Amino acid sequence: MERIVFYILALIIIIFAVASVSSRKILRAVIYLLFVLIGISGIYFMIDYSFLGAIQLAVYGGGVIVLFIFSVLLVHHVELELEVTPLRKKLIAGAVVLTGLGISLWAILTFPFQTAGTDRTIEVSDIGHRLLSVDAGGFILPFEVISVLLFAVMIGAIVIAKGKKLNK
Amino acid sequence: MIEGISIYEILTLSTIVFFIGVYGFFTRENLITILMSIELILNASALNFVVINTYLYPDFLQGAVFAIFIIAMAAAETALAIAIIINLYKLVNSVEVKDTDTLKY
Repeated sequence: MERIVFYILALIIIIFAVASVSSRKILRAVIYLLFVLIGISGIYFMIDYSFLGAIQLAVYGGGVIVLFIFSVLLVHHVELELEVTPLRKKLIAGAVVLTGLGISLWAILTFPFQTAGTDRTIEVSDIGHRLLSVDAGGFILPFEVISVLLFAVMIGAIVIAKGKKLNK
Repeated sequence: MIEGISIYEILTLSTIVFFIGVYGFFTRENLITILMSIELILNASALNFVVINTYLYPDFLQGAVFAIFIIAMAAAETALAIAIIINLYKLVNSVEVKDTDTLKY
């Protein structure tokens, strides 16, 4: 059962990822990206890390995609089609990507991973204790740095997006 | 971990998503779609962190915590990049890569 669900999710993710990078209508590309992100959150739910799955749905499905749709609607006409990429560029990029994919897959599939075999659900309380712990192995410093980063980004985004017209 | 699914299958999936993102990064010529390709790349790497943590070292939480940091970074980066794109659109009335040469000369 889990195998079937995983393969369906993987198929959805790959098909919509390809559609998202190749669709010529930009709003549709954003919606395909939303399906990819939802599929990845489904995989997080399947490996018993439901907290990260919920974060993925809330931050990506709720926040980032809405930002993308907003910016697309602000700077494009909805029916506008993107320019066609030259075939030569597509072929070169495809060759580079296929080479990289082949090398990476060969490296992954021939590496003998020592799987632990035990199963464990990652609880929210474990994550919370680890994030706020000041002992060895705690993550209090990166946590604070991330909060300062988010604050700086909030101010920076407001200042930059307000902007000034230079050509006036 | 998922019943009946080995670590190789999930790592293969995340590698494919990563390289689809790289392909989009190379071929797209619009700033917003380039940003969407970067989201694909970041998602694949976060999936890798979580999978390697739960399959190989289930008693530790480092990968799980780092996935949260990656998502926070990705959200911050997207917000800032879209602010820059909107400002650029105000300046040059376009978000195509070939038109954004304001700082070039």
